[in-house]
Amino acid sequence: MKVDLTVNGKDITADVEDRMLLVHFLRDVADLTATNVGCDTTSCGACTVLLDGESVKSCTVLAAQASGHEVITVEGLATNGEMHPVQRAFHQEHGLQCGFCTPGMVMAIVSLLKENPHPTEEQVRQGLEGNLCRCTGYHNIVRAALAAADEGKVSA
Amino acid sequence: MIPSSFTYKRAGSAEEALDLAAEYGDDAKFLAGGHSLLPLMKLRLAAPEVIIDLGGLRDLSYVTDQGSYVAVGALTRHHDVEHSEVLGREVPLLACAAGQVGDPQIRHRGTIGGSIAHADPASDLPAVLLALDATLVARGADGAREIPIGEFFQGLFETALEPDELLTEIRVPKPASAGAWSFQKFTQRAIDWAIVGCAVQDGRVGLVNMGGTPLRAAAVEAALAGGASPADAAAHAAEGTSAADDIRATRAYREHLARVLVSRALTEANSRS
Repeated sequence: MKVDLTVNGKDITADVEDRMLLVHFLRDVADLTATNVGCDTTSCGACTVLLDGESVKSCTVLAAQASGHEVITVEGLATNGEMHPVQRAFHQEHGLQCGFCTPGMVMAIVSLLKENPHPTEEQVRQGLEGNLCRCTGYHNIVRAALAAADEGKVSA
Repeated sequence: MIPSSFTYKRAGSAEEALDLAAEYGDDAKFLAGGHSLLPLMKLRLAAPEVIIDLGGLRDLSYVTDQGSYVAVGALTRHHDVEHSEVLGREVPLLACAAGQVGDPQIRHRGTIGGSIAHADPASDLPAVLLALDATLVARGADGAREIPIGEFFQGLFETALEPDELLTEIRVPKPASAGAWSFQKFTQRAIDWAIVGCAVQDGRVGLVNMGGTPLRAAAVEAALAGGASPADAAAHAAEGTSAADDIRATRAYREHLARVLVSRALTEANSRS
């Protein structure tokens, strides 16, 4: 079937199998390989992207369902070569080790801060319950989310 | 993991969804948010030949105050139920429980109607709607009919819906005592299904994952009606249940959890009312 998605601001039309998952569309058709497939069972959050501005797990969305809609992956966050505040905060707070969960973590936090620009630490931890990290113990990821929220306060 | 091949159809309206369902019959499944059905399809536990995507039916996403009840469109996402001002005021049990389904990403896609129609006894909202004594509205080719929630769940993943019927609305009566509610859920990890869960509203008690269907804890309710204390009533929580033994818990442990969670829920509901 023909699908037509806007990915990181770019219109992508392709003929795909009806059963194609969004994450495979992003990686194999749009050639955007930052979005990882982790558990493939809607648990780990590594494949999190924004669909119409909200975090979703792209292993559990069909490309067909996303047709006509707007997807943003971690590749689409930086503007004019400048990192997004959440990306910058991950860098500054050392919010990653192996990096596998990072694209999904960053997208989940972008969505979280959009809904709640000034979360408490507990709200950040609850907001990340759909994203697993096996390296960091989460502390620096939570710090990064809070730092990005603080930065938002300064620029707001 | 990739689902078996199927044909994808997108419905533009409820009428079109019903026409497609009539055309394809048993070979077709409705897809709402897809967060129950797609995982099953990826595991090849479900292999429908036709998927009818309801995602475009935005007119079935609403929460409206109807006086004696709150009407929730079947395509309303958990995220929108959680943040509904009307539900937060009138039916806080439902808003609270919706906010504990899965995780934020799942709540951005999953819908209340999808969760109910899927009829997984481990899901939170079926038991919550039992405790709220909701009425479901289903539309078929011959028009709409109301189904009391107590008659809806007929077996594991089986409901009173006909294959060509579409669940369109959930009607939640406003509780007699808005404060007398509690939702308790015991999980290993935040995003897991409940090992056991419990919803209480005005002396009605719904149980999550204590049998092949979501259940009312009838023996607890009878004890409460007879004047028993929360602790004494909760001792009956496992009566009439048929909890599974599985990788997460034994049946005996689930029965223990049911008694503990019902006791906590009744105590919390009492303290709120």
